[in-house]
Amino acid sequence: MTAPTLLDYDDAIAAFDPVLGLEVHVELSTATKMFCGCPTTFGAEPNTQVCPVCLAFPGAMPAVNRSAVESAIRIGLALNCEIAAWCRFARKNYFYPDMPKNFQTSQYDEPIAFNGYLDVDVEGETVRVEIERAHMEEDTGKSLHVGGATGRITGADYSLLDYNRAGVPLVEIVTKPIVGTKASAPVVARAYVAALRDLLRALDVSDVRMDQGSLRCDANVSLTPAGNPVFGTRTETKNVNSLRSVERAVRYEICRQAPILLAGGRIKQETRHFEEASGTTRPGRSKETAEDYRYFPEPDLVPIAPAADWVEALRSTLPEMPWLRRARQQAGWGFTDLEMRDLVAADAVELVAETIAAGASPGEAKSWWSAYLGAKANEAGVSLTDLAITPAQVAAICALVSAGTLNAKLARQVVDGVLAGEGEPAQVVASRGLAVVSDDSALQKAVDDALAAQPAVADRIRGGNLQAVGAVIGAVMKATRGQADAGRVRELVLATLGVG
Amino acid sequence: MTAAALADAIRAGETSAVEVAQAHLDRIAEVDGAVHAFLHVSTDRALGAAAAVDAARAAGAAPSSPLAGVPLALKDIVVQRGVPTTAGSKILEGWLPPYDATVTSRLEAAGVVILGKTNLDEFAMGSSTENSAFGATRNPWDLDRIPGGSGGGSAAALAAFEAPLAIGTDTGGSIRQPAALTGTVGAKPTYGGVSRYGVIAMASSLDQVGPCARTVLDAALLHEVIAGHDPRDSTSIPQPAPRVVDAVRKGQATDLTGLRVGVVKQLRGAGYQPGVISSFDDAVAALTRLGAEVVEVDCPHFEYGLAAYYLIMPSEVSSNLARFDAMRYGLRVGDNGSASAEEVMMATRGAGFGAEVKRRIILGTYALSSGYYDAYYGSAQKVRTLIKQDFEKAYSVADVLVSPASPVTAFGVGEKVDDPMAMYLNDLATIPGSLAGIPALSVPSGLASDTGLPVGLQIMGPTLGEEAIYRVAATFEADYVSRFGRIVADQAPVLEGVK
Repeated sequence: MTAPTLLDYDDAIAAFDPVLGLEVHVELSTATKMFCGCPTTFGAEPNTQVCPVCLAFPGAMPAVNRSAVESAIRIGLALNCEIAAWCRFARKNYFYPDMPKNFQTSQYDEPIAFNGYLDVDVEGETVRVEIERAHMEEDTGKSLHVGGATGRITGADYSLLDYNRAGVPLVEIVTKPIVGTKASAPVVARAYVAALRDLLRALDVSDVRMDQGSLRCDANVSLTPAGNPVFGTRTETKNVNSLRSVERAVRYEICRQAPILLAGGRIKQETRHFEEASGTTRPGRSKETAEDYRYFPEPDLVPIAPAADWVEALRSTLPEMPWLRRARQQAGWGFTDLEMRDLVAADAVELVAETIAAGASPGEAKSWWSAYLGAKANEAGVSLTDLAITPAQVAAICALVSAGTLNAKLARQVVDGVLAGEGEPAQVVASRGLAVVSDDSALQKAVDDALAAQPAVADRIRGGNLQAVGAVIGAVMKATRGQADAGRVRELVLATLGVG
Repeated sequence: MTAAALADAIRAGETSAVEVAQAHLDRIAEVDGAVHAFLHVSTDRALGAAAAVDAARAAGAAPSSPLAGVPLALKDIVVQRGVPTTAGSKILEGWLPPYDATVTSRLEAAGVVILGKTNLDEFAMGSSTENSAFGATRNPWDLDRIPGGSGGGSAAALAAFEAPLAIGTDTGGSIRQPAALTGTVGAKPTYGGVSRYGVIAMASSLDQVGPCARTVLDAALLHEVIAGHDPRDSTSIPQPAPRVVDAVRKGQATDLTGLRVGVVKQLRGAGYQPGVISSFDDAVAALTRLGAEVVEVDCPHFEYGLAAYYLIMPSEVSSNLARFDAMRYGLRVGDNGSASAEEVMMATRGAGFGAEVKRRIILGTYALSSGYYDAYYGSAQKVRTLIKQDFEKAYSVADVLVSPASPVTAFGVGEKVDDPMAMYLNDLATIPGSLAGIPALSVPSGLASDTGLPVGLQIMGPTLGEEAIYRVAATFEADYVSRFGRIVADQAPVLEGVK
């Protein structure tokens, strides 16, 4: 297959208005599956989290997981949706080996939540993304295609099926068409998914790990000639597994579709797959011979009619929305927009907040997480939250600095010790012998030794050259292996020499 | 002996559960070669369950239920852990369920001794048991005739005295029509009255599990064991089992004074065999004599019941049977190492399903397709609502409704098997109640004047009106016995010596 011709992004945007539609699947972090009592733990041995219900054994019947419904309602409320007074599940019928019943139990024309919106901050501007619906459904199992060059089903020697994921509760959140974003379409797409992820994390309804598939985004992209209100034919790009990929996939589709349309061609309505390595999309299953899913109301489940007082009780459990919390945090901490954005980008906001809550000053907390610990995380190739140090430990180290027990250099050594698993900061200080030497008699001896070793320097200081004190301090620090308080050393040097 | 009498005898120590089980196993060995009611006989398991009942009694424990130690035949569409369950289909041949249906668990907990699994039309689709992949069941009243279906195996097991109790399932009449054709009693509870968990689905919005027996009291005793809410079946009604045994005792002791009985105008006439109609008229006369006030009720939409049923049921069938795909259990055909999963699925379904099952899958797939959904499935659901309204109106003037349970008596083996429309008409009288989800039972009204074969009286009640229909059935049955000296089932030909 030859690579498609791409148009320069700016040229594409000059000729066309992109229209986006984003479908985000969220795997809920309920303890059990949507319709049975099987656990949902990620990464278990294949086919160990299964039962007659989620394997679709003859006779087995589903029963709705109440906490999944609660999560779906809370998501709907947080997205400013209306909550259906009465809704049903439907069956989406199609054959696929990783779907045990050969139909997916999903909400179709009666979603539990609909007509909402999410305000998204895009580089300082607020963009309102309208939400069409949020509905409940179940996940499929996983197919592993073995053999063949590509790992895809075509050319594989055989396929293995793992049904652990079959029946894990999902909420699918579908936007209305997002129009008018022009050149910022890819950035808006990314910002929307990021905002949604933060919201879901604040709701504590999902792990929202795009890398593990607990948050999955399908990006629908179409182009319409600039100013034309009629939407073009869309493609749906799947396998978009990171925030960065969301942006890249949308941008790629814009650049791919534009030259086809400019040459008078048609866009094929199809599902495409994003290729992480190349940043391109390739065609998947064609949707023009669209499968007929033969939806009909699920007769094995009774309708869900959330009582108004239940919905209100759930509304009262909604946490402070992440963007409001962030604005409040930024004001309280006195950070600039840029500083705050950096923390957000580094996923460090909550770590900083916890460090401050544990007693550190905002400046110290920010500095540790964004500078020294950020570098450590980069070196190790892990995220900040995966580092073996807690906000409380960082705060404890800050306190030791404030008390004069540690200076900046020693503090970094204590952090290294904690990261290396040597225990709490105080233990590291003790075991590594890192405390600042604050005993004047010990320091005085070191000062006297340093002055005796450098008589010329002592003379210069006596002569009023105070810059020369630095050399003595350096010698004292060296003698005390860095554990002296430089300010105190300076005072002692001057006093010893009768200067100042 | 009735189940109630057997239970009494076991409780009193006059016999043991093992002796009772062995006697029925012997009877099965003697006659089932000719009747073919059973697909699987669980000899060891049954004797083990019976021995456990005896041991509990010997240890002084109270009986686990009024039916402790009584044998039962389980329709082979209800799963029982470790016992082959086929639903009458090749596609499940050899499958051993790894779990128990709720009904199975309740029976076992009640000390009921499950003798084995009974034959049925494949996935309960049929009215003669001839659609079973494992051969037809014969009617003990005439071995050249069918016992009705789909629960022909359960009904025939009762009529042949192979078991005093049986479990059936009824989607459009699969308990009531075989009961009528075999001179036995069969009740379809209110939809949701008995858990469907572990009952292989045909049409989820219609399927109901129910009790089958030779007497009304036995059916009521069994009904109370299996009924009641089950959290594993969200369509099961969140209420305790109805008090049908009390209702039967009351019915046996009283007449029907003050009861309003509605005769459904649409459930007689064209399509009904004269001998069936005359037996039905005699039954209505008996009800009148017993003090009931009989009124005719008009249910104009019943006329469309069969058509609506044959859209809704196949639609659900097409989806429910999609799971039989060779991936996880059952038959696998064409897995030659190079065929794709899709090819194996197609080959397996092609080889594993019989003609009637395929016919319904195709019908249902069509009825649900885009562009046809509203005209077919959508219209059928509207008819369903209208039929429910017909029932509601009828119950405003009548406490129970009556009709023949089947338009004809047992017909010959092979007579209708190649004529689906003729076969579908067997459920003419039972389908409206299925669509409305109301409770209904068939109690023998006697033998037809033209064929000499059993006829069933269908008694239908309003939603959750089980107690009313059992009470009327009990009064009717007691009156029949007082006039003829014995129940209809006791008039069946003796099958000694058949092989």
